[in-house]
Amino acid sequence: MALPDLGPLWLTLQLAAITTAILLVLGTPVAWWLAHTGSRVKPVIEAITALPLVLPPTVLGFYLLILLSPRSAIGGFWLDVTGTTLTFSFLGLIVASTLYSMPFTVQPLQAAFETVGRTPLEAAAMLRAGPLDRFVTVAAPLAGRGFLTASVLTFAHTIGEFGVVLMVGGNIPGQTKVISIAIYEHVETIRYAEAHLLSAGLLVFSFLVLLLVYVLNRRFPIHVGG
Amino acid sequence: MALSVDIRLNHGDFSLQVAQAFALTGVTGLFGPSGSGKSTLLRVIAGLEGRARGRVAMGPEIWQDGGKHVPPHRRGVGYVFQDTRLFPHLGVRGNLDYALHRARGLDGPGLDEVIDALDLGPLLARRTADLSGGEKQRVAIGRALLAAPKLLLMDEPLAALDEARKAEILPYLERLCDQSRVPILYVSHSVTEVARLAQHMVVLREGRVLRAGPAAELLSDPEAVPMVGSREAGAVIEARIVAQHADGLTELAVSAGTLFLPRIDAAIGATLRLRIPAQDVILARARPEGLSALNILPVVVTEVREGEGPGAVVQLQAGSDLVLARLTRRSVAALGLKPGVAAHAVLKSVALAKSDIGTPHGLKGVSLT
Repeated sequence: MALPDLGPLWLTLQLAAITTAILLVLGTPVAWWLAHTGSRVKPVIEAITALPLVLPPTVLGFYLLILLSPRSAIGGFWLDVTGTTLTFSFLGLIVASTLYSMPFTVQPLQAAFETVGRTPLEAAAMLRAGPLDRFVTVAAPLAGRGFLTASVLTFAHTIGEFGVVLMVGGNIPGQTKVISIAIYEHVETIRYAEAHLLSAGLLVFSFLVLLLVYVLNRRFPIHVGG
Repeated sequence: MALSVDIRLNHGDFSLQVAQAFALTGVTGLFGPSGSGKSTLLRVIAGLEGRARGRVAMGPEIWQDGGKHVPPHRRGVGYVFQDTRLFPHLGVRGNLDYALHRARGLDGPGLDEVIDALDLGPLLARRTADLSGGEKQRVAIGRALLAAPKLLLMDEPLAALDEARKAEILPYLERLCDQSRVPILYVSHSVTEVARLAQHMVVLREGRVLRAGPAAELLSDPEAVPMVGSREAGAVIEARIVAQHADGLTELAVSAGTLFLPRIDAAIGATLRLRIPAQDVILARARPEGLSALNILPVVVTEVREGEGPGAVVQLQAGSDLVLARLTRRSVAALGLKPGVAAHAVLKSVALAKSDIGTPHGLKGVSLT
């Protein structure tokens, strides 16, 4: 039995790492806002960020394909500026994964910020800490478990994505051929041995990731009340 | 300099409307029943209530006026919360350092000074979760002081503690209130606490200021009795320790004479405040003979206030102090009590319970005033 090409594995890990990093940067302010706002548009934003949970990946992929295609405003602009297309490229995959994995970052973070609540932040303000200071030194450490959960879930979910990748990225080795696509291709071409190996690898990996989350959740209980 | 507040805040059924200047010397007790708006008023002053409208000014510094709203962290206000709000992810030392680092360059107390005053030394290496309620509150008070506040707001710092913990922490509070250069607004629903700690007093009821003035005056005003609660009412007078007797009694001089109390551990010459609950004062027209009571002071009736029901409150001049007695209207009539009448006040010494006696200033060998 030939060892399967490990290229898709590296590509997948890269995609997941970059997506997680981007989402932590973008998702944190969104989650913070959702946790603290009294705005009437809050449920609208909550619904939008949760959409990827319920939509079939093909629906999201279909719209992204249209939005990012060189004939669209965004895709056309990108082609003019960089000479490359967003569709069927690694960059396009990053855009798609970021949207697709959004709820896995925003929801745990929002829950964590809500658990921390306003009271420790008020206490920090009374000790002369400004808003950013309060976030960095009080809110973020107290929401540490939320950040951990959000990172792990986002990373793991990006690794497992298939439908969106297939629609937006296709199957280009080294560019968009991630592990789930590679498995699909092995099955299509009836190379079950390789498909088995990659599938089992992904299964074990996913289990270990979830195990890690649950173990860490036990080890680091949320700090409340003190 | 004064803290002047003219604010209103509506929240559902509750409305707070306060226009009041607070003297920025010593301790001002904000007294009122639960739900009277005491804590909300503190939050408005701290800048934590965005919904409040009106004006808040600390001397020449305007903290809130119309659209202007200085954010809480720029007001330089210290806040001791009822629930302490220590940061659980930092230890005791970490909590103190948090305040200290953000008050660099400001004229605040030093770390050693605060650690000494509140006895925090043995706690420094502990985690906040391992502290008792009283210890937590001491750390929270220390933390607030280390932020070098211009004004210290204390929101029922003892309310969450049991009686034993209260007794443990009150001497620290008294020392703090006596020695602190920082003006303190102290919220409490316990008149005993306010009487022990505050020189000024503001009585709140249903979101409005009912009375404001010097604490000694307010506590000896018959009209204020219903506000304070007739069971709680009682004047506060100053006393000086004169002698310690072999039979376990301490002799104290008050302006109207001499009192004997169960032993108070303080040096001769120390001054302290005594609270005399109005319901534990008995009046007699002639000096009673053959009575077991030790503490009898000559007094002159200055005011009689008959309330609804069978009760009446009599204000008495005892030396240079004013004390209150709560009697029945029947007794007032039978004794012919009216302003100008001389009488003798019998203070039931059992009622001068330890928790009601002002603890001497500067316990633990610190200089006595």
